[in-house]
Amino acid sequence: MKWIRIEARQEPDPLMRFGSPVLAVTLTVLAGLLVFAVLGKDPVEGFKVFFLNPLRDTYALSELFLKATPLMLCALGLAVGFQANVWNIGAEGQFIFGAIGATGVALYGGELGLANSPTLMLGLMMLAGAISGALYAAIPAWLRTHFHASEILVSLMLVYVANLFCSWLVFGPWMDPDGQNFPQTRSFDDAALLPTILEGTRLNLALPLALGLLLIGHVYLNHSYAGFKMRVAGGAEFAARYAGYSSRRMVWIGLLAGGATAGLAGMAEVAGPVGQLTDKIAAGYGFAAIIVAFVGRLNPFGIFLASVVMALFYIGGEQAQQYLSLPSAIAKVFQGLLLFFLLATDLFVNYRLRLGRSAHH
Amino acid sequence: MVRNDADAPALRLELRGISKIYPGVVANDHVDLRVAAGEIHAVIGENGAGKSTLMKIIYGVTPPSDGEIIWEGHPIEVDSPAEARALGIGMVFQHFSLFETLTVTENVALALPEARDMPALAARIAEVSQRYGLPVDPRAHVHALSVGERQRVEIIRCLLQNPRLLIMDEPTSVLTPQAAQKLFETLRQLAAEGCSILYISHKLDEIRELCHHATVMRGGRVSGVCIPREESNHTLAAMMIGRDLPVGDHPPVEQIGEVRLRLDGLSLAADDPFGTDLRDIHLDIRGGEIVGIAGVSGNGQRELQQALSGETPIDDKSPVQILGVEAGRLNAAARRRLGMACVPEDRLGCGAVPAMSLSENAVLTGADTLGLVRKGFVSKRRATEFADQCIASYDVKCSGPEAAAKSLSGGNLQKYIVGREILQEPKLLVVAQPTWGVDVGAAAFLRQAIIDLRNRGSAILVISEELDELFELCDRIAVMAEGRISPARPATEFSMEEIGVWMAGLWPGADTSAARAASEKAAA
Repeated sequence: MKWIRIEARQEPDPLMRFGSPVLAVTLTVLAGLLVFAVLGKDPVEGFKVFFLNPLRDTYALSELFLKATPLMLCALGLAVGFQANVWNIGAEGQFIFGAIGATGVALYGGELGLANSPTLMLGLMMLAGAISGALYAAIPAWLRTHFHASEILVSLMLVYVANLFCSWLVFGPWMDPDGQNFPQTRSFDDAALLPTILEGTRLNLALPLALGLLLIGHVYLNHSYAGFKMRVAGGAEFAARYAGYSSRRMVWIGLLAGGATAGLAGMAEVAGPVGQLTDKIAAGYGFAAIIVAFVGRLNPFGIFLASVVMALFYIGGEQAQQYLSLPSAIAKVFQGLLLFFLLATDLFVNYRLRLGRSAHH
Repeated sequence: MVRNDADAPALRLELRGISKIYPGVVANDHVDLRVAAGEIHAVIGENGAGKSTLMKIIYGVTPPSDGEIIWEGHPIEVDSPAEARALGIGMVFQHFSLFETLTVTENVALALPEARDMPALAARIAEVSQRYGLPVDPRAHVHALSVGERQRVEIIRCLLQNPRLLIMDEPTSVLTPQAAQKLFETLRQLAAEGCSILYISHKLDEIRELCHHATVMRGGRVSGVCIPREESNHTLAAMMIGRDLPVGDHPPVEQIGEVRLRLDGLSLAADDPFGTDLRDIHLDIRGGEIVGIAGVSGNGQRELQQALSGETPIDDKSPVQILGVEAGRLNAAARRRLGMACVPEDRLGCGAVPAMSLSENAVLTGADTLGLVRKGFVSKRRATEFADQCIASYDVKCSGPEAAAKSLSGGNLQKYIVGREILQEPKLLVVAQPTWGVDVGAAAFLRQAIIDLRNRGSAILVISEELDELFELCDRIAVMAEGRISPARPATEFSMEEIGVWMAGLWPGADTSAARAASEKAAA
């Protein structure tokens, strides 16, 4: 007889539902130590550099939250769609288009006399970022609702279109004439940069904005009727039809929400730490946000915690590159490990492990 | 019991003290069962009594936790259905396992790995079908067959393996009364040739007519063994549920109200290639009456229910008129605001979201009518209050309003869903399969709730495949066949035989060419 069996639980384990991400993070860290050892590094030293350095002082923490901000913005919008089984995989592309829209306002706004009014300038940039991202997400939404085209494939493929379009802009019409041929626009005017909120750090207005949106997202998803409809659509498609909810509307809301927040994150990146548009602006935030949304259980509070963990992996990866001379791909390895372990531990939400001989037979 | 140990060698199958324990549930508790050679033996009991589990154990789908299986005098262990078939045990499932895009012969060949020669197999199928009165064309594709024909394919597939024990799980639930009689003849012939038959059903008339012995199960145990011919439906039911059946209170219609649902030439092409198109349906239902739709499953009942509830959109306004409003283009929520409610056939996944709590599931249809949504926000307090009320007044067994819908048994969830719709006091209620898979006690309770709603003046449409249920509930009955609906007639003027003919599409004034095609399909 078998000694280890996996047995269905009668009801999903509520403890495991929230315990599974914690367990996944723990296992990722342990597996990471093993990776350090295999690469010939001292695991204790590796742990310090990777996981403790990013938390060592206020400045390090400010960098951590700076990194976490675009992740939580993208993941929040994605979670709205994911709740209704609308699978937007293209937040990366919507992020890029948000950055492009905001850059357009920043570059041409000066000519319209916006340089003297930072509030108006930044307001317009945010609007342009969110609208550009949403419009870019409208393409898969329209194709899905009119031609039943899979939003997964369309949104994913549009990421590469966005990448190439962005490259064309920064290598061509928007290239900084004084930039020694680097693929980037000129640096933004001060009026087009988000003000920092902590002296001596790069942490800017985008963080409180993202936190506010998380709170709104929480109310929308868990208390509003519109959010209830999204959850019904995600939980049982036929029940949504029986209740009279429009499945087209779900697709539109899901994709537009994801596009708008990803576009806003793109805006915050060009108007924040980067200060200009470059061909590498997205840095994988849109894809990492998919993992963040799931580790955060599609729940705004969970997304906050998960985005901080994911940011830790980003910064830890940079630190490992710098101090341990490990390849930069180490951050991606950690992201992959985290998703892998989460999928594995999620099994135990609905199943339990039984050791020993079968009680029956 | 009439047999004694001297008869023991003649026993085909004997179960001694079979138990099956699932985590948290005892499905079978020391069950004994004895089936003689050539005997038709009924296993009856309510849903959840443990009949299906017991059959799965005999057919090798799941091992017993305890007990002995004795096959023709020798103790055996059946580890897989393949092993059961090798022993000579065949089973016809309630839900057919046929590939719709393959022919009859190809489907049979899949179950007989040694059969390579297709023409020879087709000849064998024709021979068996001839011998046992199971007409089926071996070359036909399964998707073109009626449910009755599909069942014959399943039976033939079993018979080709020369079984000495045939297990039939609710075989008549998909048949017209006439087709059921034909099946009984086949089963009697098989039994006369020495094949034993285990017959699972909850239709007591059939069991009394067909079966030699019956083992009655209740709560996982055997509650009695009897000769069904010597019992009445009443005594059998009492053995099944352990108490007397509640008697329905169904006074004749006193006051007929105005027309609340008018179907005026409703036609609708099915979007599923294997679905049924609705053809020119006319029907009026008035306040204060219950109208039933009878018919063999798959004749358009599901499509009709979805067209009425608003789940399937219609291009025209006029074919569906709800309380005088031309509602064809309205979606489900808009129709509900007119005063209509609907109980769908699939309770989990359509009538309720499985992972959501009962209070959240109240919001699904009660958002507007019960005021569970205010200013765009879901009122958790009101939803919980309503769920509490529904649980109490419909006697729903659950851990409370926060229990997930999927944690309830089928019968209790059905009580909750029917309760949720009736407590909204709809002016028009459409119910599909109100008591499908619900135990006898709960079924009687639900029927009474529907009758009480009628007595308060509502118009009610019941779509059901259980004729007994329709006769018990309805004031008028119409029959559905091939997507068409017959004129409705007072239930008291119908006989079982007549309704069976109508179910084959042959009602007076029916479109005869369509009716002929239908009768060929439903023949036998």
